[in-house]
Amino acid sequence: MKYVEEFRNPELAKKLIDRIHRRSTRPARLMEFCGGHTVAIFKHGLRQLLPPNIQMLSGPGCPVCVTSSADLDRAIALSQLPNVIITSFGDMIRVPGSYSSLRQARAEGSDIRIVYSAQDALYIASDNPDKSVIFIGIGFETTAPTVAATILQAEQERINNFYVLSLHKLCPPIMKTLLALGEVRLDGIICPGHVSAIIGSRPYQFIPDNYDIACVVSGFEPLDILLCIDMLVNQIETGRHEVEIAYRRGVKPEGNQPALELMGSVFEVSEADWRGIGVVPTSGLMLKKGYRQFDAGANFDINPGPSHEAKGCICGSILRGVSTPLDCKLFHNSCTPEHPVGPCMVSSEGSCATYYNYGDTDE
Amino acid sequence: MCLAIPALVKSIDGYQAEVDIDGVTRRVSIQLTPEVNVGDYVLLHTGYAISVIDEDEARETLELLKELSEAQ
Amino acid sequence: MNDRILLAHGSGGKLSHDLVEDSFVAVLGNPILNTLEDSAVLELSGRLAFTTDSYVVSPIFFPGGDIGKLAVCGTVNDLSMSGATPLYLSLSLIIEEGLLIADLKKIIASIQHTATEAGVKIVTGDTKVVNKGSVDKLFINTSGVGVVPLGIDISAANARPGDKIIVSGTLGDHGIAVLSQREGLEFNVPVPSDCAPLNRLVAEMLEASTNIHCLRDPTRGGLATTLNEFARRSGAGINLDEGNIPVKKAVASACELLGFDPLYVANEGKLVAIVAPEDADKVLTKMKQNRYGREAAIIGEVVKEHPQRVVVKTRLGASRIIGMLVDELLPRIC
Repeated sequence: MKYVEEFRNPELAKKLIDRIHRRSTRPARLMEFCGGHTVAIFKHGLRQLLPPNIQMLSGPGCPVCVTSSADLDRAIALSQLPNVIITSFGDMIRVPGSYSSLRQARAEGSDIRIVYSAQDALYIASDNPDKSVIFIGIGFETTAPTVAATILQAEQERINNFYVLSLHKLCPPIMKTLLALGEVRLDGIICPGHVSAIIGSRPYQFIPDNYDIACVVSGFEPLDILLCIDMLVNQIETGRHEVEIAYRRGVKPEGNQPALELMGSVFEVSEADWRGIGVVPTSGLMLKKGYRQFDAGANFDINPGPSHEAKGCICGSILRGVSTPLDCKLFHNSCTPEHPVGPCMVSSEGSCATYYNYGDTDE
Repeated sequence: MCLAIPALVKSIDGYQAEVDIDGVTRRVSIQLTPEVNVGDYVLLHTGYAISVIDEDEARETLELLKELSEAQ
Repeated sequence: MNDRILLAHGSGGKLSHDLVEDSFVAVLGNPILNTLEDSAVLELSGRLAFTTDSYVVSPIFFPGGDIGKLAVCGTVNDLSMSGATPLYLSLSLIIEEGLLIADLKKIIASIQHTATEAGVKIVTGDTKVVNKGSVDKLFINTSGVGVVPLGIDISAANARPGDKIIVSGTLGDHGIAVLSQREGLEFNVPVPSDCAPLNRLVAEMLEASTNIHCLRDPTRGGLATTLNEFARRSGAGINLDEGNIPVKKAVASACELLGFDPLYVANEGKLVAIVAPEDADKVLTKMKQNRYGREAAIIGEVVKEHPQRVVVKTRLGASRIIGMLVDELLPRIC
């Protein structure tokens, strides 16, 4: 595949790894913020290949993992209403809420369908005019513009049985919150690649400015990640703190303006409920008043009951980078991919699932 | 997060485009990248093009990678 | 004129009879089936291999095949994986009221075509029709018997350190072909399902070597699950070389698009063989001479280290463990 294979070249990768070994002398705690990076790093076995002074931590960049039980309970309650079709990305189907999961609800009779695109959900709405089709909107700034575009298309095509439950969240605000919590000391951050394709690299400037942490925006192929780590090491070794872009073929400093405008025309910033962290102001997106007719939150009456997280589950501290899955008593015992307790195990890019599935051979 | 893969734009029809990823084809939306042209590569995420791949930057990044791998 | 299956077609009356005679026996007919006795009486001697499988694939027609072809191949292949020569199949249909008769006939024709290719006979059958909504268009169950020649001892437990692992061709074709037709996921993949009867391929491999230790067709759960089964049953470890695993470009792309790993995607016309090292090359050569083994490749070996675990060496030289498929493969955006 073009723009993929070239960035997997094993010879170049080995040489880059050697270079990182030679040049990295200081301890470097690097957080990969985005779940896609966590998976890529494990999949290609990059952790094993990096020098021991580089420590990799995973942050709360998995939109599935950070969806709160309360929000999941709302989605499940919506699925139990009459004449409702729930459409969702596959990622959400198995995540446990307080009592159930979308998959469990489907087994109990709810009409829940997996879609690849929000646009596919719109087509389902147009094919089923007598039902209410509710799309569960998860994802960060990469996905939110696509949902905004779908809503605009619904408006234009006068499709009035399509709704979105907006659970979208924003990256820079949660990074701010995490750093302000001061629980983890970091030297560098591997900034999300595709979120940045939309928002650009400028929103991360507060990180080096206020926290003296190096930031580099990374792509997802092995060479992309290694280049990013090399650039972070470079900053750390020379005492610099800046925002740089390693993923230049996909990300511009100013981001994708049309996408940002589209997103801004449909959504406005709101508080959001982050699993393991709690309610964080100005960290999520809700539909603007002008698009209320598409807002599932405003158009359906549901009573999901009190929400709670599973006992013993430390997904929260794992998401904040304070613990690793190996610190969790439930990991590999009562919490496994077959019967996950928390979202970090369910989501294919959650830390726990990644540790479990791709585990180092010497463990 | 955010699986996005490079896809080649084969044809454009208003806000929709036909893309090709090594033989896999699909109709996708280019609402977020209205400036795209046939023959461009885009990053495809959930059926939407989110960014037009800058081919010059891609080449330069590869050259940089080669240089770095040779440097001391 | 009635063009759809009705409940009456399953009730045992004249409509049922006519359906069976005209649409099934007329097409699938052979001396045993034609008697339409309550049981098929067969003359067999030696060790019998016996298997059963149900087929509920949706959609029932997909690029490269249909549920009928799948039903024959699946059971023929299960028999072959024990080293048996497949001989006779049963065919049980559970039909949803309202299925187009033309579609049913296409599927029966497909069953006939595949059975002929495989050299097996459908000797007994059953037909039920259920209310609309009780099954999704058509479910099929096939059971099959075959005879295992003397001296053949193929089992997942037989893998030994040093053995080579051979796969008969590209992985993930079937799963992706079927998935590409599902609502909500439509995309065009120029790769048909690889659904195929592998009994002749297996027979040729067994002619080439008496040291084939394990055979399995990696269906649901993909190659990764099958190899884990081998590792667990035999107690040995398995090393795979990622660079040698054959995957078609379009399948790899479709997997990237949806967030799948080709190692976990279903195959319906492929096999994995574990062969003593001294015979690996000649088995591979023999496989490549068969139309269903042209892209066969040695992808790894059985080792003493990390018992019961399957480890993949990535192109970068790092290693990672791959487990069984735990749950369904779900498309993801993250």
